[in-house]
Amino acid sequence: MTATTTAAPATGPVAGARAAATLSPSRPRPWTPYLFLAPFLLIFGTFVLVPAVSGLWMSLHNWDFFLPDRPFVGLQNYVDLFTPDALVAQQFWESMRATGLFVVLSVPLLMAIPLGLALLLNQRFRGRTFFRAVFFAPYVLGVSVIGLLWQYLLNGNTGLINGYLAQLGVTEAVPWLTATPWVWISLVGVTVWWTMGFNSVVYLAGLQNVDDALYDAAKVDGANRWQQFVHVTIPQLRPVILFVLTMTVLASANMFGQSYLLTAGNPSNETRTAIMFIAEVGLEQFRMGLAAAMSYLLALLLIAVSALNFLFLRQKES
Amino acid sequence: MATTVASPGSTTRPPTPRQPAERSRRDPATGRGVVGTLLLYAMLLILSVLILAPLLWMLSTSFKTTGDATVLPPQWIPPTPTVEGYTRLFADAQAPLLRWLGNSVLVGVLHTVLVLATASAAAYPLARMKFAGRRLIFALIIATLFVPGFVFLMPNYLIVDGLGWLDTMWALVIPGAASAFGVFFLVQFFQSIPAELEEAALIDGANRWQIFVRVVLPLSRAPLATLGLLSFLGSWNDFLWPLYVLFNPEQLTLPAGLATLRGAYATDFPAVMAGAAIASVPVLILFAFVQRYVIAGVARSGLKG
Repeated sequence: MTATTTAAPATGPVAGARAAATLSPSRPRPWTPYLFLAPFLLIFGTFVLVPAVSGLWMSLHNWDFFLPDRPFVGLQNYVDLFTPDALVAQQFWESMRATGLFVVLSVPLLMAIPLGLALLLNQRFRGRTFFRAVFFAPYVLGVSVIGLLWQYLLNGNTGLINGYLAQLGVTEAVPWLTATPWVWISLVGVTVWWTMGFNSVVYLAGLQNVDDALYDAAKVDGANRWQQFVHVTIPQLRPVILFVLTMTVLASANMFGQSYLLTAGNPSNETRTAIMFIAEVGLEQFRMGLAAAMSYLLALLLIAVSALNFLFLRQKES
Repeated sequence: MATTVASPGSTTRPPTPRQPAERSRRDPATGRGVVGTLLLYAMLLILSVLILAPLLWMLSTSFKTTGDATVLPPQWIPPTPTVEGYTRLFADAQAPLLRWLGNSVLVGVLHTVLVLATASAAAYPLARMKFAGRRLIFALIIATLFVPGFVFLMPNYLIVDGLGWLDTMWALVIPGAASAFGVFFLVQFFQSIPAELEEAALIDGANRWQIFVRVVLPLSRAPLATLGLLSFLGSWNDFLWPLYVLFNPEQLTLPAGLATLRGAYATDFPAVMAGAAIASVPVLILFAFVQRYVIAGVARSGLKG
């Protein structure tokens, strides 16, 4: 508030600007906004806008990092991805299947468990903030720490999990990181443990915005707890649910670190996700045109899924 | 910790006077019975143990001998506590852990400062000035929020290579610094600042830059802190990009460096857990101090999105 008064005794070089400003305070110099925007737009243009277009251009070329010339091949990279007997097509769709499976397995859990947690944390009790912090804490550690830690915990021979299972009388070691279906249980379980606090906090913010009067009205109408949940909480939370759903689908579809660190894509590439395969083709084999084509296919699919989410949940609302 | 982090919504609430007609077993502040309260705490405690046990196991193992790390039944207290895991790790020139830590801090700080500076400067005219192209620029920025990050992976690798930034920290600091989310987030906030404050400053002779620095930014400490924390966390935990643009062990950030430990120390569990502990303890301590703002920031940005 005091800033307005401290700005007043501006001296020297500002004197001219002062006269101009007093004459037409609502119309500053025309280039001022562009000067403010320039640093952002420089970086944004170079690393967001140009890449978005040049990636498309790359995907239309046989862009191999090590080739002297990168001939234009039109849609060949895309056609290759849809040619059933091409090896790269098989591998690509296998990785897409892995990503899809991970999304299907993890998203329902990452929607439901954090909602339950948020309902629990939305009660009034001492130490609420403390518990909120505890549930959020794993998320700040990042996937590299999570990967190292759980690789050790889930180790077939020496891991803590199998150690306790052995004590419970499970004589055969569970191959958590080396065989299906255990690899998927591990990847999904670790991801839920790692990220559920994040979704809970978003839900919690939504719950705190629900008007208490609505619950009071429902109680007057004789609604029990479950009916209040179904008829007040869920409808009031719909925009938040839509947001959490969209974010979680995108995050799960972007899964890379967990597979890279925990299973290295094994067994026999079954847990090699789409992002992992794109990075392999593009940044290890340097077949970047092909990798760019894969990126665009996956991106289109994800944008379609997000659009469907919106349509579906909006429709329900009206 | 539980006592210091009082939530304004619950614990600092003045005690409601007890209604004589109400049953004495119910807590008037919460409307919950004693059994309900016990059940609630039981569930919370079980969940907390599930969340925290792996982290405690990491810490415990980092102080064990290699033999004790795999002994059954699991030993939560190291039978023969030792820091050998840490010393083995520090002795290895291929795993300069403190260097990685330093790289991560430097990259995180530079990235965050750049995000805050560019996003706030860009958000200000978009929120408060009229100029040709405003709608188009804002629409372009918002549109990129919907494009998944991996689309930029291949082209940005080539751009960074072309600039000679491969294997340098600039590859991590600059490309992600144009935060479309940051601009969107700050535009929302800047629009809520009363126009009278700006008009008064304009009439007093301040130019736009002075208004931005002396009026708008000081009023925006909370959203700037939120954006800063989220940017720092994002940079600190970024994994895929540093994995592919950095090669020299000296240049790696902590996440990329830790990934190399996995192979090199396949069975040296105390050393690997020492690495994980060194990477997580600083950020957990930082989180303990700023968790309220981080959590509030996540909640707020989530709802705005």
